[in-house]
Amino acid sequence: MSLRWQLKYISLRHPYLFALVLVVVAALVNYALQPNLLEPRVLNGNLRSFLPLMIVAVGQAIVIMGGGIDLSVGAIVSLVTAVIVTQMSLDASTGHILLVILLACGVGMAAGALNGFGVALLRLPPIVTTYATSFIFSGLALWILPRPGGSMPDTFARWYRQAMPLGLPLGIWVALVLVLLWYFLRNSRYGNNLFAVGGKAEAAYATAVPVTRVLFSTYVLAGLMCALAALALTLGTSSGDPRIGSAMTLDSIVAVVLGGTRLSGGQGGVAGSILGVVILGLIRNIISFAGVPSWYQTLVDALIIIIALAAPGLVQLIRRRRIS
Amino acid sequence: MNKLSALKLNPTLVALLLAVALFLIGGLIRPGFVNVNQAINIVRLAAFLGIISAGQTLVILSGGEGIDLSIGAIVTLAAILAFRINDGQNELVPLALAVALAAGAFIGLLNGLGVAFLKIPPLVMTLGMAGVVQGLILAITQGQMIGSTAPIMGRYISSPLLFGLPGVVFIWIILAILIWLMLERSTYGKQLYAIGVNRVTSRLSGVNVTAVVLITYSLSGLLAAFGGFMLLGFTQTVFMNLGGPLLFPSVAAVVIGGTALSGGKGSYWGTMAGALVLTLITSLLTAMQLSEAFRQVTLGVILLVLISVYGRQRGLRL
Repeated sequence: MSLRWQLKYISLRHPYLFALVLVVVAALVNYALQPNLLEPRVLNGNLRSFLPLMIVAVGQAIVIMGGGIDLSVGAIVSLVTAVIVTQMSLDASTGHILLVILLACGVGMAAGALNGFGVALLRLPPIVTTYATSFIFSGLALWILPRPGGSMPDTFARWYRQAMPLGLPLGIWVALVLVLLWYFLRNSRYGNNLFAVGGKAEAAYATAVPVTRVLFSTYVLAGLMCALAALALTLGTSSGDPRIGSAMTLDSIVAVVLGGTRLSGGQGGVAGSILGVVILGLIRNIISFAGVPSWYQTLVDALIIIIALAAPGLVQLIRRRRIS
Repeated sequence: MNKLSALKLNPTLVALLLAVALFLIGGLIRPGFVNVNQAINIVRLAAFLGIISAGQTLVILSGGEGIDLSIGAIVTLAAILAFRINDGQNELVPLALAVALAAGAFIGLLNGLGVAFLKIPPLVMTLGMAGVVQGLILAITQGQMIGSTAPIMGRYISSPLLFGLPGVVFIWIILAILIWLMLERSTYGKQLYAIGVNRVTSRLSGVNVTAVVLITYSLSGLLAAFGGFMLLGFTQTVFMNLGGPLLFPSVAAVVIGGTALSGGKGSYWGTMAGALVLTLITSLLTAMQLSEAFRQVTLGVILLVLISVYGRQRGLRL
C-alpha cells in the first residue's frame, strides 16, 4: 500500500484525526499565550466550561450520524435549565435533588421525542421541524423562567466545581465516559442500525432495519444529552437563564463537523465531536489571551472556524490538482 | 383526479387561500383587524420577507442540501453599508445600493466557492459565513451606527406611492416577474431545476454544475443585500440584529410555498404566498397581545402544522 492510500485509509477509519491535530496545535498556541494553562485549577476550570457543549455535541453527533440534524438542542438546554433552577430551589435534600435530575432528563427526552415524532413518524425534513420545535421549547423556557435567576443547592454545586476524582479534571472523566459509552453503542446492533439508517435509509429499510425506531431514538438521545448539559450548566453557574442555550445549537454543529463527522450522515464518531468542542473552546481562549481588540474578536473567531472547516476540502482540492 | 389532490398539486394556491383565511380569522379574533390599511401593512411587511426569501428559494431549488443561513447577516450588513454611504443624501443612493449589492453578491460567491470547490455542506458553510459577516459588522461599526437614510428611500420604498400601496410592493412584483422569467424562460433556470433534481445526470448532459452553483449562491447574497437595502427604507435606521429575525422565516416561507427542501421542485410564487402566510401569522400573534413566551410556542406549533401539511417526505415503503 502506498503512503497516500495508507493516509486515506487512516483518515476514513479515524475521522477524528484531523481534529486531534487541530487540538494539539490550538493547545500549544494557547499554552504559549497562557503559561498557567496546565495548572490543575486552571485546567479544571477550562475543561469544566467546555463540559455542557461537549455533552450537547455528543447528542448532536448521534442525530447527524443518523442522517438528521437538530436545530433545537439550544432551546432544549434552555428549557431544562429553566425547569432545573425553578425546581431545585424548592428543597435542598438529596432525595429532592435526585427527583429533579430525573425530571430534567424526562423533560429533555420528551422534547427530543417531539422532534423524533415529527422527523421519524411524520417524515418531516429535520431542519425545519427542529427549527419549529425550538420555538416551542424556548417559549416554554421563557414561560417557566421569565428572567434569569433561580439557584442551585450549594453543596451540590460546590462539589461539581471542585471535584477532581483521582486528580483528573471532571471534564476528562465525562469525556472518557461518553467515549466509552459510544464505543459500546457503536459495536452493538443499535450502532450498526444507526450507521445503516444514516447512510441510506431506503437500503436500511429494505434490509429490515427498524428505520423509524432508530431515527426516533436519536432525537430522544439528543434530548437526554441536552438535559445533562443543562444540569452541568446550572451547576457551573448556580443560576438559570431562559436564553442560555441559544448559542449552543450552532456551536454543537460546528464542533461535530470539525470532529470529522459528515452532515450527510452514516459516518463519524463521538470522540471527534468532543475534540471539536475542545478546539472551539481553545480558539476562544486564544483570542481572549492574544489581546485581539474586542470589536475584532467575533471576526477572528469566525474566520478561524471557517478556515478549520475549509481545511480538509482545501487539502483534497490541492491533492486532486496535483494528480491530474 | 379529485379536488383534494388537485389542491395538493398547487401549494401556491393553498398558501394563498390560507393567507386569506388567516386574515379573516384575525377579524374574528380581533375586530378591527380586517381593514384596508391593515391589509396594505401586511402586504408591505410580506414584501420585505418575500424579497429576502427570493435568494433562499433559488439556493434550495439548487438541491445538494442547499440552504443559505448567511442571509440574515447579509441583510444587516447591506443595510449598515447603505446607511453609512447614504448619509442622508439622495444623490448617494445609487452608490449605496451598488456597494450593498456588490458586498452581498461577493459574500454569496464565497459561499458558492466553499460549497462547490471545498465540498463544505451548505448548511455549515453559510452558517460559518454568517459568523464572519457578523464579525465584519462589529469590526466595521465598532458599535456605532454612523449615517442616516436618504429621504427618497423612505418615499419610494415604504410610504404610499400609488393606489395607497407602498413602492416596495411594486418592486416585489417586478422582482417576482423577473425571477419567474429567469426560472422558466432562461437557460440558467432550466439548469437550476436540473441540478436540483440530480447533479450527476445534469453534469453528464452538459450542464456546468459548478457555474450554476456559484451563480445561485451569488444571486442569493445579492438578493439578500437588496432586501436589506429595502428594509433600510422601511426602518430608516439600522441595528445589530436587523436581519437575524428574518433568517428562518425565509426558509419557512420557501417550505410553506411548496418548494421541496431536497431541491429541483418549486416556484417563487409559492415563496411569495408563504411570505404572506408567515407575516399574517406574526401580525395576528402580535395583535392578540400574547406574552413573548406564548407567542413563541404558538408560532412553533403553527410552523409544525404547516410543515406537516406541506413538507412530508416520501415514505420508505414503496
